Amino acid sequence: MYTMLAVGGKELRQVWRDPRTLLILLFIPAFFLLLYGYALNFDIRHIALAVQDRDGTPKSRELISGFVNSGYFDLAAVARSEADIERLMNTNEIRAALVIPEDLGRRVRAGERATVQVLINGDNANTATTVMGYALRIVTSISGQLQPEQRIVERAPPLTIEPRVWFNPELRSTLFLVPGLIAYIAMITAVVSTALSVVREKERGTMEQVRMAPVGTAAFIIGKTIPYFGISLASAVGVVLASMALFDLPMRGSWMQLLLALSLYLVGALGTGLFVSTVADSQQMAFQMAIVVAFLPTLILSGFIFPISSMPGFVQLLTYVVPARYFLVALRSIVLKGAGPAAFWPDLVALAVYATSVMALASVRLARERR
Amino acid sequence: MDAIAVRDLTRKFGDFIAVDRISFDVKQGEIFGFLGSNGAGKSTTIRMLCGLLAPTSGSATVGGVDIRRDPEGVKRRIGYMSQRFSLYEQLTVNQNITFYGVIYGLGGAALDERRRYVLDLGRLGGLENVRARDLAGGWRQRLALGCAILHEPSIIFLDEPTGGVDPLSRRQFWRLIDDLSAAGTTILVTTHYLDEAEHCHRLALIHAGRLAAIGTSAELREVFSGRPVLEVQASQPVEVMRALETFEDVEKTSLFGMSVHAVLSAPDVDPAGLADRLRLLGLEVTSIERVHPSLEDVFLDVVERAGAQG
Ligand SMILES: Nc1ncnc2c1ncn2[C@@H]1O[C@H](COP(=O)(O)OP(=O)(O)O)[C@@H](O)[C@H]1O
Ligand SMILES: [Mg+2]
Repeated sequence: MYTMLAVGGKELRQVWRDPRTLLILLFIPAFFLLLYGYALNFDIRHIALAVQDRDGTPKSRELISGFVNSGYFDLAAVARSEADIERLMNTNEIRAALVIPEDLGRRVRAGERATVQVLINGDNANTATTVMGYALRIVTSISGQLQPEQRIVERAPPLTIEPRVWFNPELRSTLFLVPGLIAYIAMITAVVSTALSVVREKERGTMEQVRMAPVGTAAFIIGKTIPYFGISLASAVGVVLASMALFDLPMRGSWMQLLLALSLYLVGALGTGLFVSTVADSQQMAFQMAIVVAFLPTLILSGFIFPISSMPGFVQLLTYVVPARYFLVALRSIVLKGAGPAAFWPDLVALAVYATSVMALASVRLARERR
Repeated sequence: MDAIAVRDLTRKFGDFIAVDRISFDVKQGEIFGFLGSNGAGKSTTIRMLCGLLAPTSGSATVGGVDIRRDPEGVKRRIGYMSQRFSLYEQLTVNQNITFYGVIYGLGGAALDERRRYVLDLGRLGGLENVRARDLAGGWRQRLALGCAILHEPSIIFLDEPTGGVDPLSRRQFWRLIDDLSAAGTTILVTTHYLDEAEHCHRLALIHAGRLAAIGTSAELREVFSGRPVLEVQASQPVEVMRALETFEDVEKTSLFGMSVHAVLSAPDVDPAGLADRLRLLGLEVTSIERVHPSLEDVFLDVVERAGAQG
């Protein structure tokens, strides 16, 4: 116990004194959060919208406020005619227009189908399809009877629903991606910091010196992991808080559950770092291994960016050994949906299994290394 | 009983035999030197004796403990300083001592006493709060030694303890080793500095994983009994060396800086006559005299014979 504390205390002092480690632990998360956060921010907001309301009924006003309140559209002009819209479009005062036919209110009341027209500036095909996606969803959410008639002005691409819409039905791409980002950053900091710290001891020869002492591998591993666990947990919570401030990430569930999920995930990540360090002999090699066994899977195979359900079968099988996969389910459930443990306990169990196995594997390898 | 007893110790890495059936004994309080060029297998032998590496075959006891059966027991009884001074660069002298003390199970008053001893031994007084990385070579070396003997081991293994340290610090370090040995500590030390070998009570020369010779330095020099060694100073040492090698009564030659060492094949060869024969060939000889064979002569000779035997 005492040796464990000694190893831990020594580690903390070293981290404190070593600018490189501190950099990894503090600045890399901040850097990734900003870089990826904004790069992955696919949302297009504040689209200047013109409305031509030829109906003027409560239903038409409901539709208009649906657009405005979505947060995506800003009401920039009220158009009186098609010519008006064309002029506003050409002068770039608006990027989108909503045309409501005169019989909309009556048709909805009569239970008939009604068509609303959405016009979008098609300068940028990507933006146009995304905006069309938003409009589509708003229109159908107001009433199932409404039939949006989509028109993209100029070089209009055939309207296809943007693939992002598949895995982000709420069309909140930032909110969907930020949890993945949190998982990714936590993985990087935890794996890199432990792996480098052990490998550095190997390079320096202190590892061999420590192994000469009658300290058990367990005390060494636990002592070494504790400070990094504390630091990476603090760093991960910081990333969560920053995501709330920067990207409006909600917190609909319980903090305790979030901390539990985070802890299980981080222990697995620290174990992965230790495992990497038992294989790698140099910091450079450790870094490269970490990329292959931790970063890439977390980025590609976790459902962070690419939905698991749309992966080929054998790749889907691979995702079962990627801890971020389970963590993301738990994180999204807690943060976005406010769901209770019923929704994600199997994932917590999977995280615990991963953490235990990888820690055991690392201990066995560390203990055997001298042979 | 011997402090260290080694029997046919062997270690293979794959097909490569790094240490090949080495046997020797080290008496208590002895400074035992392990000499060999880089890659000879010195560190591998030491790491096996310390319980860090399992032997492929053979056996050894260290402090009476079998290294195969109880490597942890070995660890408790010995001190080990690896070829890199294994200190935590970011930590201060005091923090390094505390850390190594605690992992060896020291604490409280015992640790404080050993701390004072180590600071005193390494002349580290006043440097307690200096970070290890800011220490000069000699001080780092003595701190590393101090950390390795905090738990008062009776047997110490030092793997190239003087690498990269200035000559003055090296001399101080050896004085320290002498003191430890005088106090009854057994020391097994590896080095490739042959001048340091003179500090050792007994030496083992190892070459390509094999024990090539063992004994006191005087005993080792006996390979040259009946084969005098001459040192020739000349302005053209390489030409002189070539000429000497053609002489019947010269067994072999080697170059030591600007002088040539010639091993004669018989005890009664006249150095002056040899000088004359060189001059006849038009080579200038500044001086020629019989010298005491150095350990380097011994080493080269032993290695050559080992090579000849295959
Ligand atoms: N872990 C290892 N794996 C493979 N080969 C090794 C290992 N350790 C040492 N060797 C090889 O064994 C030989 C002896 O090494 P070593 O004992 O370190 O030599 P020395 O200390 O005398 O310079 C070298 O050729 C070295 O490359
Ligand atoms: Mg060596």
